[in-house]
Amino acid sequence: MNPAAADDARSVAPPDPARWIEVEHLHFVYPNGYEALKGIDLVIARGEKVAIIGPNGAGKSTFLLHLNGIHLPSHGRVRVAGIEVTRATVKRVRAEVGLVFQDPDDQLFSPTVFEDVAFGPIHMGLSPEEVHRRVEAALAKVGMSGFERRAPFHLSLGQRKRVALATVLSMEPSVLVLDEPSAGLDPRGRRELIGLLRTFDETLIASTHDMRLVAEVFPRTVILDDGRIAADGPTEFILADDVLLEAHGLERP
Amino acid sequence: MFPAPFLLHAPDGFFSVPVSVAFWVVTAAVLAISVREANRSLEERTVPTLGVLAAFIFAAQMVNFQVAGGTSGHLLGGVLAAVLLGPWAGSIVMASVIAVQALVFQDGGLVVMGANIFNMGIIGTLGGYVVYRAIASLGRGWRWQLGAAAVAAWFAVEAAAVVTAFQLALSDTSPLNVALPAMAGVHALIGLGEAAITVAALAFIASVRPDLLQSRERAIAAGGEGHAGGLRGALRSGPAWLAAGIVASALVVVVLAPFASADPDGLERVAIDHGFDAVAKANPYEILPDYTVPGLGGTASTVVSGLLGVLLVLAVVLGAARIVAARRAARLQREEASSTA
Amino acid sequence: MSGLALDRYLPRESPIHALDARVKFLVAVAFILAVSLLPAGAFASIAIAWAAIALASGAAKLGPFRPTRNAFFALPFVLAALPLVFTRPGEELFSLPLAVFTLRVSVEGLVAFLTIASKSWVAVQAALLLAYTTPFHDLVDALRALRLPTIFVTTVSFMYRYLAVLSDEASRMLRARAARSGSRSGRSGGSLRWRAVVAGRIVGALFIRAYERSERVYQAMLARGFEGTVRPRASRALRRREWAALALAAALLASFEAAAHLWIPAV
Repeated sequence: MNPAAADDARSVAPPDPARWIEVEHLHFVYPNGYEALKGIDLVIARGEKVAIIGPNGAGKSTFLLHLNGIHLPSHGRVRVAGIEVTRATVKRVRAEVGLVFQDPDDQLFSPTVFEDVAFGPIHMGLSPEEVHRRVEAALAKVGMSGFERRAPFHLSLGQRKRVALATVLSMEPSVLVLDEPSAGLDPRGRRELIGLLRTFDETLIASTHDMRLVAEVFPRTVILDDGRIAADGPTEFILADDVLLEAHGLERP
Repeated sequence: MFPAPFLLHAPDGFFSVPVSVAFWVVTAAVLAISVREANRSLEERTVPTLGVLAAFIFAAQMVNFQVAGGTSGHLLGGVLAAVLLGPWAGSIVMASVIAVQALVFQDGGLVVMGANIFNMGIIGTLGGYVVYRAIASLGRGWRWQLGAAAVAAWFAVEAAAVVTAFQLALSDTSPLNVALPAMAGVHALIGLGEAAITVAALAFIASVRPDLLQSRERAIAAGGEGHAGGLRGALRSGPAWLAAGIVASALVVVVLAPFASADPDGLERVAIDHGFDAVAKANPYEILPDYTVPGLGGTASTVVSGLLGVLLVLAVVLGAARIVAARRAARLQREEASSTA
Repeated sequence: MSGLALDRYLPRESPIHALDARVKFLVAVAFILAVSLLPAGAFASIAIAWAAIALASGAAKLGPFRPTRNAFFALPFVLAALPLVFTRPGEELFSLPLAVFTLRVSVEGLVAFLTIASKSWVAVQAALLLAYTTPFHDLVDALRALRLPTIFVTTVSFMYRYLAVLSDEASRMLRARAARSGSRSGRSGGSLRWRAVVAGRIVGALFIRAYERSERVYQAMLARGFEGTVRPRASRALRRREWAALALAAALLASFEAAAHLWIPAV
């Protein structure tokens, strides 16, 4: 049996869109013994937009890093598009889940915008024409067409954040994961980001402190505190619950 | 935890004490020159800069790229440091990195640190820089300069490996006919990775922050002399000659010493086996009949005495040069005074 | 979260911890020197040296076997000495016939190899014990007091301070690269040369960020009154007690060395 067929056999039937992301009893302990995630259960449907909020140190970033296999569970399971995230499937998972980190400078290491956005598709082994097409499409999607020859270092923070987003979009993932997408942006930059995210139809998961962003882009909110899910429900209810928010070190927008 | 190519960070016990001490002496002498030159040419703002950039080299050694299967290529950074910071500051930075790796992470020994710094921080940094300048001065343009950096980076890693092999052989830790091909062979490949990363890093920096490259590097690219550009500039630099002299003599002694050894082990065995008997028998040290240090045996003692001899000669030459320079300066002052009177 | 455990220092109330860093450093180096000078085959002496480390580690309230447990990472370099086993001439222990030739394992070769390996192992434990009992800052201060040139002292100090920061930046950039290293078919595209170039660019970007950070550090120093030179501080003189400790250590090591060469049986 060739390896591709074996993989299919393992990932069972075509993935259920209602359970596009499945997190089952996820525990994660850092090598130094610190238990960051203490049992997380979460199901996200394809196309859903979920905000993850919580105080610093709650484990939000740690959790996000499980979605593309940078961290592997100490206990429990994570499944994306029917693929269980393991050491063996990490490459496929990363083609499916695009993770955008908080600091765009950590992600932009090419002399030109084009080359940075092209990195993912090139790594996927696509033809030069396809790479080109994807770069143009990704830049258009974030409103940075025409910036191909520019050096990322010389762009403003808002522009760099958009290019960082494009570097992940060019891989055409079905899931977008964003870590503090609006951090450092001025009000105009934030408005542009909100407008942008609303046009996406990918599954969207974002960890953020920005309550206005949450209110305007994400219909569902999950509160993560001390490595556990403290609340999971419609944004309008969660953000209206002052007591709940304050109990977890949060504020209303 | 081995962020850097661990084949060059020798732990204690792998070089014999005489070899370790000898290389400490050479390293200290060359670093003393680096300190003097760096103190002279660096501005005050570099007090934190060297430290932060030493941390950069350390972090850069973590950056890898997949070669085949589970192996990956890494950066040592000697030539990169020398091109970005200048050779003297570069060697100080590399020596600091090696020291911290040994003291904090026990990556590399304490007694053998002199030899490790010599291999990676002097041969791999200053030596690589000399090659870079030599090749860069032969052509013009940024591409030529990058090519020079590539060759220099490869050379730095390869030369460091070769010297390490000789040190292992001299210490009787590893027979030369195994150590040399092994080290030279493996590092010929690692050197390619070093060259690729070094050039790509320089090209990136040049495209984004060209002002961060030393202005003299651009002067070299332009083929001009700059204020210290070109091979002639390097030739005029006294400290460069001094350091090169010390290093070259050390290498000569280290390489030739086994031939002078009375014991037919190591290199001489190889020589005899290959019929180079005649060379082995023409003892180059017959001038000084008892060329040994009491208490140490055979080859090691020859090396130590050889190196001490080199330093003695250098000290005499330096002393003489100082006297000559002082006399010349005094004469100039007198002439100036008399012309303005 | 920094993956780098930067200081191996383990704080304890112990006589070893309380010793001046200069004394500990000098004794550690002298100890390693003494171990390195032991003759080939001096396994009994090496065992005595190991016992001394265990004793000191116990006295430092770290448990006698802590340095031993953590010293194993010296092993990969040991392969460099392995050929000795086969190439050192001497009495044959046994042979391994291989396809075209025969590998002879000699007693002398095995003894030489094991000597180097065990010496190195003990030396690493001494270095570990030094690190466990001495905060890095104190160690640098000791080196300064021992006349290490100022430029090295400041470089090493700033380097240590920013090691975690820059290593974290490097890790994040490598992580971001990994996040974009997906592939649906399992094959990886891009040539070896391209991968090397990307690695180089990450290094270049790291350099620029480090340089800009160093400028900010310099400006912060200026804002706090820094005037361009780090004035070398005078360090307090060693107390009589500490000179005595040094002398005692020297005497012990010297007699140990003599005993190992003249009296303790070696293989």
